Amino acid sequence: MAQITLKSLAHSYSASPAGPADYAIREMEHVWKQGGAYALLGPSGCGKSTLLNIISGLLTPSDGQVLFDDQVMNELPPEERNIAQVFQFPVVYDTMTVYDNLAFPLRNVGTAEAKVHERVAEVADILDLTSLLRRKARNLTADEKQKVSMGRGLVRDDVSAILFDEPLTVIDPQLKWKLRRKLKEIHERFNITMIYVTHDQLEASTFADKIAVMYEGQVVQFGTPRELFEAPAHTFVGYFIGSPGMNFVEVARTDAGGVRAGTIDLTLPPAFVAAIRQSRSRNLKLGIRPEFVEVLTEPAEAAYPIEIDNVQDLGTYRIVSFGFAGVTFRARLGEDQPLPERQAYVRFPEAWLHLYIDEFRVEVGQ
Amino acid sequence: MNKVQNNRAWFLILPMLLLVAFSAIVPLMTVVNYSVQDVFDANTRFFTGTEWFEVMLNDRALQAALLRQFAFSFTVLAIEVPLGIGIALLMPKRGWQASAVLILITLPLLIPWNVVGSIWQLFTRGDIGLMGVGIRELGYAYNITRNPTDAWATIILMDVWHWTPLIALLCYSGLRAIPDAYYQAARIDRASKWAVFRYIQLPKLTNVLVIGVLLRFMHSFMIYAEPFVLTGGGPGSSTTFLSQTLTTMAIGQRDLGPSAAFSLIYFLIILLVCWVFYTAIMNSQKDNTTQGGA
Repeated sequence: MAQITLKSLAHSYSASPAGPADYAIREMEHVWKQGGAYALLGPSGCGKSTLLNIISGLLTPSDGQVLFDDQVMNELPPEERNIAQVFQFPVVYDTMTVYDNLAFPLRNVGTAEAKVHERVAEVADILDLTSLLRRKARNLTADEKQKVSMGRGLVRDDVSAILFDEPLTVIDPQLKWKLRRKLKEIHERFNITMIYVTHDQLEASTFADKIAVMYEGQVVQFGTPRELFEAPAHTFVGYFIGSPGMNFVEVARTDAGGVRAGTIDLTLPPAFVAAIRQSRSRNLKLGIRPEFVEVLTEPAEAAYPIEIDNVQDLGTYRIVSFGFAGVTFRARLGEDQPLPERQAYVRFPEAWLHLYIDEFRVEVGQ
Repeated sequence: MNKVQNNRAWFLILPMLLLVAFSAIVPLMTVVNYSVQDVFDANTRFFTGTEWFEVMLNDRALQAALLRQFAFSFTVLAIEVPLGIGIALLMPKRGWQASAVLILITLPLLIPWNVVGSIWQLFTRGDIGLMGVGIRELGYAYNITRNPTDAWATIILMDVWHWTPLIALLCYSGLRAIPDAYYQAARIDRASKWAVFRYIQLPKLTNVLVIGVLLRFMHSFMIYAEPFVLTGGGPGSSTTFLSQTLTTMAIGQRDLGPSAAFSLIYFLIILLVCWVFYTAIMNSQKDNTTQGGA
């Protein structure tokens, strides 16, 4: 049980990194509190597995420190960190029975057999493995094997944290949901810090209290699923979370003191205009989630005329695509909401409109 | 399920049957033919039934050769398999060292049997051989032409030198095929080096070891050229193995009937032992309990 702190941590796989592009993990500060259920979410290759391996000690970071509570762990191998990790592909000890597999991490440190038995029975019960305990692990199906590898992580009740590296990749969708609930249950029961790596936002948000979104070796936002949805701190978070992702449009200052997107003069709240005009950057974007775009049939104040390109009916809702200042925008509408044939008007409520300067969100005083 | 009944499909195996007939069945049947007859010349032959088999099974010289053969095969297996695994574990995993070691290890495998015998014949000579002279210098009267123990030890050493690389290579490739995640999981589970070997590496090597053990058993059970060149089967008949006994009988004495009978017995023994090996290893992988569902 420990709080895990990453202190100016960075990692590069090359011996002499020349620039930020050579870093798999760019310098970061991060704290995983004791007892939290966290997800580390990001696309493949963003460095999330690297980060996990650094925490568990399978990799030594090139810069910075990993601390468990106040103790620096950099030099300690995984064996001495007392940490559990479950990998993407199931790892089982083929020749052992399921029981022996689960008992293995405990027996390796000389735990008394009575205690081993008690823990194995408990974990097997949680994971529905009791009926398989006497089978050899090599003859199990992929998802049974993965349950066994998870079980080996859970069987140790004194671990600093349990790390999951996309553990449900090989599992059937139906069982996936069940296992995720199981993990959540286990987390609530044992109060162990859990860090769950995934590239699936649904998986992340059902499992975790807080999600760290990683992009190009950086944690670009750390927040609750709701925060990630309502106020993405980085354009990548907006794009990656939500289905479909956030709409972004590049904007520029006009000589007349306004703001325009492509050829459209925008009607924006004064605070936005002020923030945009103050910034020195040329990389300015406005973003809004499809859920918050209002599609109107009649002209209205601060509404822009658009032409609808395409409507996708997804049963309980519809996705409307339209061109706005040269980019494709999407709006998500309820089943019963009236929808014009072609000509329509859209409005961007200012409460849900976000300003991004150099890809990061800027808080705009209302 | 709709199963189409069409027995003409059997014709599809005809080409394969033809091939096997010429490569195996016809030659084998020739041997069977000789083993049940006493052939004098092209026109004179007598049917003898199982007589040759009985003679052969009761032949003292052959029984002794068979025992020697088993002793030899099991000794080299007992040395080569653990040694090969050990070498494979120690071999470098990447970089130029890996390639260099791989080539060095493979070299003995590329030398023809006869040449191996000749090399060791020269190597162990008491007057000019490096090993022969070397051991004598150390004070031991090493002589493979007089002392059966020396002859045995040398033949085993020669076989170990020649064939351990095969086991090492097979195991090396088997070890390379183990995903990193296994080693990582073992570290997380705080497994000892021995446990990693016992529960990860060895089980993952089972399949290559089955091939290795079977190949080495068959090879060593049929060994001929190397001991023939090195010791000629001597001193006395202490290193005369089965194939040499058989050759002497079939070529030297032209006892075609008995040697055909003996060839068949020889063949059946190899088949039987291989089957026992294979079954034993494959059985160890099954669930050894009927409890716990299907």
